[in-house]
This record gives sequence, structure tokens and C-alpha cells, in this order.
Amino acid sequence: MDEILEILEKDGRMSIEDIAKMLRKKPADVKKAISKYEKDGIILKYKAVINRELIKENETEVRALIEVNLTPQKDLGFDKIAERIYSFPEVSSCYLVSGTYDLLLIVRGKDLHTVARFVAEKLSPMDHVKGVVTHFLLKKYKEDGVVLKQKEENKRIAISY
Amino acid sequence: MKNLISKKVEEMQPSGIRAFFDLVLGMKDVISLGVGEPDFVTPWQIREAGIYSLEEGFTSYTSNKGLYKLRLSLHNFLKSKYGLEYCPEEEMLITVGVSEGVDLAMRAIINPGDKILIPSPGYVSYGPMTELAGGTPVYIDTKETGFKVTPANLEKSIDKKTKGIIFNYPVNPTGISYKKKELEEIKKILLKHKLLIITDEVYGDLTYDFEHVPFPTLSGAKEQTLYLNGFSKGYAMTGWRVGYACGPKEIIAAMTKIHQYTIMCVSITSQIAACEALHSGRKSVEEMKREYKRRRELVCDGLTRLGLDHVRPQGAFYVFPSVKKSGLTGFDFAKKLLEEQKVAVVPGTAFGKEFQDRIRISYASSYEDLKESLNRMEIFLKRGGSCG
Repeated sequence: MDEILEILEKDGRMSIEDIAKMLRKKPADVKKAISKYEKDGIILKYKAVINRELIKENETEVRALIEVNLTPQKDLGFDKIAERIYSFPEVSSCYLVSGTYDLLLIVRGKDLHTVARFVAEKLSPMDHVKGVVTHFLLKKYKEDGVVLKQKEENKRIAISY
Repeated sequence: MKNLISKKVEEMQPSGIRAFFDLVLGMKDVISLGVGEPDFVTPWQIREAGIYSLEEGFTSYTSNKGLYKLRLSLHNFLKSKYGLEYCPEEEMLITVGVSEGVDLAMRAIINPGDKILIPSPGYVSYGPMTELAGGTPVYIDTKETGFKVTPANLEKSIDKKTKGIIFNYPVNPTGISYKKKELEEIKKILLKHKLLIITDEVYGDLTYDFEHVPFPTLSGAKEQTLYLNGFSKGYAMTGWRVGYACGPKEIIAAMTKIHQYTIMCVSITSQIAACEALHSGRKSVEEMKREYKRRRELVCDGLTRLGLDHVRPQGAFYVFPSVKKSGLTGFDFAKKLLEEQKVAVVPGTAFGKEFQDRIRISYASSYEDLKESLNRMEIFLKRGGSCG
């Protein structure tokens, strides 16, 4: 993968100038490459990784990983039914996977009840959905390459040759 | 007790800035740009390999020369990366960092009175190690040549008693390095005088503007070069203490003789971790290098903005600016900057007594810390370092 993408995947706010410095390229060239990635849909969007556990307000969030078993449709396979499912705003991720079930969803809701209702009222009754298994997420350790832990103190001695 | 100490050690110059170091160590909440090691922690898979080896019970000595597997991996790595071939049985020795490699080399080659060339400014231990081995350090003054060894200043320093040179690049403390063409010119002089070339290339992986060229890859140089390198800087493995010496088998054999009596072998845990570093650590090296590059620009641009004259570094993670503008010596600058702004740098005299007006800044610190330190240096200079 292009180093520009590697850098942005780690830090979407890295400036064009900084990327140019890191790769010894002209800022204009980096800018052009990024614009092309954006235009081609290779870079889809930039967003923040938020550690919700540290948010003090009452506003919490519950997440669940949901395994979904489907009956594939003739000529359409899983795509059509997947679209029906992932179009719900509650579904933040949707993957077709190999193994004992077909779709893996990550569903978000403001509390347990909301997620449970989504599963019971929207997901399970849907045509072609044979069964679901819901795993509520208890603790996040790492997400998209980011460890959700406060930075550790520096262990180096403060001055050395 | 004093008369119990050996004369040689008694005569060694104590580092004039030890007291300054103690001052830094005794102070809290200091942003330190005075650290000679990466701020990154060793990549996890390398640490994990060390941990696993302990669980598996690898707690014994290894062969004096080092684990065969590590030497073989190094052989393969050097061959594929640089086209450099050393026999793992006879031409390689695993050392406790490059430091031990330098010490062994000095002790293996020096007869009383032999002179060893050391470019100045340079890493602090080359001189004392030469003296401990009974040799005489001859410093090559690079002040007027942009901190670089040139054929002219090199030729001037050589006489009949000169046995060899310790040649470090990229350089601690200046960060300068050499392109192939420059190395070729230096090589010509060194080969002409039949000197042993001991290269310390521990920062080789951190070369930013061009490809690092190991000295023994220059045609005709390998037979006269002892190539020293290690895992400390590139892989962020300073505390593991693993280095390696590659060179003519007679020299390696002589060094191994000393090593087997004094050190026995490098810690097996560290050697196993080093194998993993070669196996899977290159990507991490590249990532860290990229980040250093970005910091180099930040620091150099900052120094230019502050009007602090410096030679642009091409590798390692150091800059060696002049603080003449402040009206202070490097030592007073460092001391005041520490006391007033809580930013630590190393006074230039640590790396050569003629560098009174210089300081060494290490950019092996987070981008945010570097930015903040530059701001504090700006305040410091405005408040009138210059009236001091």
C-alpha cells in the first residue's frame, strides 16, 4: 500500500506538509495523490476515534456484535438482504464472513433495551434471516489499531549520550 | 582509597557535565531533548519473542560468538540489503551493543603508543576507550568543514603511528552523514595509509536524504574495515544491548578472545529478541524513520526561526546548533534553559572541548514535546539569554 495511505490510516489529520516531509515529496504531489484517492473512493472519509468510556456525561452507548444466519436468495446471494440490514442506522458495521454464520454486524444503541428491541423487532423478523446470536460488548481494549488506554509514562532516563 | 585506583583510570578525564546530568535527573517535569535513545518502545512482536523465550526456558549461555541463528540471520540480512557478505562462523561476533564492539576493537588492535583517529565532535566513549586500551586518541577537527571528515583534514591528522580510525556515521551528536562519493574519497586516503577502519554505523537505518552506504561495501574497503552495528537505534532496542561486529576473521578472532573472557556472551533473551527484530521488525524501522524525518523538519525549521545556526542533519536524531547568538556558552545555555524553561539539552562540550558554543538537541521525543520545547526556547531567547 502507498505510504501516504499508510500514514493517513494511522493519523487522518496528518497535514500534507508533514506527509511531504516524511516521504521527501513535494507537498503539491502529496495533495494531488490524496485528492485522487478521495475522488476514486479509496479514501472514503476522515473521522475521530473516540474513547467513549472516558466521556463523563450520562450519554452512554451500548454495542453488540451480532451473528446473523441467512438464507441466500436466488441470483442475489446475500447482497440484497445485507443491504436491507446495513441500511439501518443502528448497524455501524456489516461483514459477510465464512464459518458458522453469514453476517457479522456491529450494532450501536443508547442502551441494552434499544439494541434488544432492534434485534427483536427489526432484524429477527426479516425475511431470509434464519437466526441471530447477540453478543453485548463489555470492554473495548483496542479498536482499529488504537489501544484504548491512557498513555504510559516515559521510562527512559531523562538525559544520556 | 585513592591510591588503590589504577593510574590509567585515575588519569581519565571525568566528564565535565556529569553534574549537569545530575541536575536534569533531579528535576521533575522536564521536557528532555537530551536523550540519546529512541522514545519508541521496542515493537511488541520483538518484546514478545523475548518473553516467550523465557517461558520456554532459554536461560543459558550461548556460544561466545553469539547464537548461530542470529549470526546467520544477520548474514542473510546484510547480504540482501547491502550485498555485504560475512561468514557467520568466522567473520561475525555478537556484542553487548556497539559499545562493547568498540572496546574490543581497541583492545584487540592497539599496542602502546598507537594512535587512533577520532573525528570531533563525536560520541563520548571513543577517546576514553582508546586510552584504556593504551592508545592515543588523535582528534580530527571538523569544525570548519561542516562537521565532516574530508580528505584534507584526514590527511593532516595521519602520521606513522596512526593505526586506525573510528568512523561513525550518521554522527552522534551532529546527525551529519556521508554520501557514497564522499566515502570513496575518504576511503582512498585510509587505504593508502593502510589504516584499520572501524565504522560505527548504529544510526545507519536512520538516514533520511539518501541511502546509507556501509563502509565495507566500498570496493576494496572490506578487508580493512571492521563494521560495527547494532539493534539499539533502528529497532528501538537500546536496553537489550545487542550489537554485532563484522570484519576480517583475524580481527574477529582476536576480539572474540577478549570477549570470551570478559563478557562470555550477550544475554540469550536479547539475542533471541534480535532474531525476531531481523525477522519481522523492518516495517517498524521504516515507520519510526518516517516519524523522525517529520520531527527533523520541525526542529530544523524551529532553529532557523530562532536564528540558531546549525548544519542540517542527514541522519540519526540529533542537531548540533550554535547558541552563540544568545551570548551564552553551550553549558550556561543548557543550564539556564533547564532552570528557567525546564527543557533539557546536552552542552556541546560533552562531544569535544572545542564546542563551547554548541548544544546537542535530540529529536527522539514526541512531536508535541518538540513543538513545546521550541516555543520555550523562543521565550528563553527573547527574555534575554543575550543579556546573560
